[in-house]
Amino acid sequence: MPVPTSGTATMTTPTDEQILITREFDAPKRLVWRAWTTPELVTRWWSGGRGEMTHVEIDLRVGGTWRYVMLAHGEFEIAFHGTYREVVPEERIVTTEVFEGMPGPSEDAVINVVTFTEEDGRTRLDLLVQAVSKEIRDAIIDSGMEGGMQDQMDALEGLAISLA
Amino acid sequence: MARAATTADTFNAVAEPRRRQILDVLAGGERPVNDLVEELGLAQPQVSKHLRVLREVGAVDVREEGRQRLYSINGLALKPIHDWVTSYEQLWTGRFDELDAVLEELEKEEGDAGADERDSHDDDPDR
Repeated sequence: MPVPTSGTATMTTPTDEQILITREFDAPKRLVWRAWTTPELVTRWWSGGRGEMTHVEIDLRVGGTWRYVMLAHGEFEIAFHGTYREVVPEERIVTTEVFEGMPGPSEDAVINVVTFTEEDGRTRLDLLVQAVSKEIRDAIIDSGMEGGMQDQMDALEGLAISLA
Repeated sequence: MARAATTADTFNAVAEPRRRQILDVLAGGERPVNDLVEELGLAQPQVSKHLRVLREVGAVDVREEGRQRLYSINGLALKPIHDWVTSYEQLWTGRFDELDAVLEELEKEEGDAGADERDSHDDDPDR
């Protein structure tokens, strides 16, 4: 039985429009894939402890759609949806991601590329977030600096453009 | 696509571009409605309608001064959005930690379910 180790996620910005999040899991990739793509399992991790998943729908095929809804802290709903562009079982998922709270210019302003790589029974997961512009990318990252209200509004505005 | 959006929460209230514009203007300080009408180039009834939605979710406060009603932004009400925006990395860290727990359980399940099968396999050559 492997000892569960809580790995550390690293976040980098390979280009002006990208965010790359990498994390290693102490499990083979077929299980990481299963946890990533099975609605009942996504329900258990996707909120990251910030709320309760109220809806998870996954139609895992090219052209299929997904939609996740979380009730954050029992207060407000956060919903995302997207369309799968590439699905390579246990290897790679490419999908659009739209934040429904903020209507914006296009359905494909943000593309997520997830790859699963196994080595010695462990799995490295790479999540590449590809935005159409630096502004959108920055709005997604916004690193929690102590900012004034203007910063806050800038971030909000950016997010509005980006995540929709 | 309409998804039964309600204006009852801050997220939806600020989803409307004109309302975000109002918040941007108010971010610079307290303003009477006429200023907003001018800045946004909208008719007053429309501006008032947006202000009402923003007030309902507490994103905007209003006070009377003489004959004017002055509107200001309420940062606290916008905090949930701000927190969420600014903690993207922590969000993923939280998700991955939960995912660890799910994986641990899947491995355990698999171990239990596969115990018989495994007995006849190569992981225990003595058997």
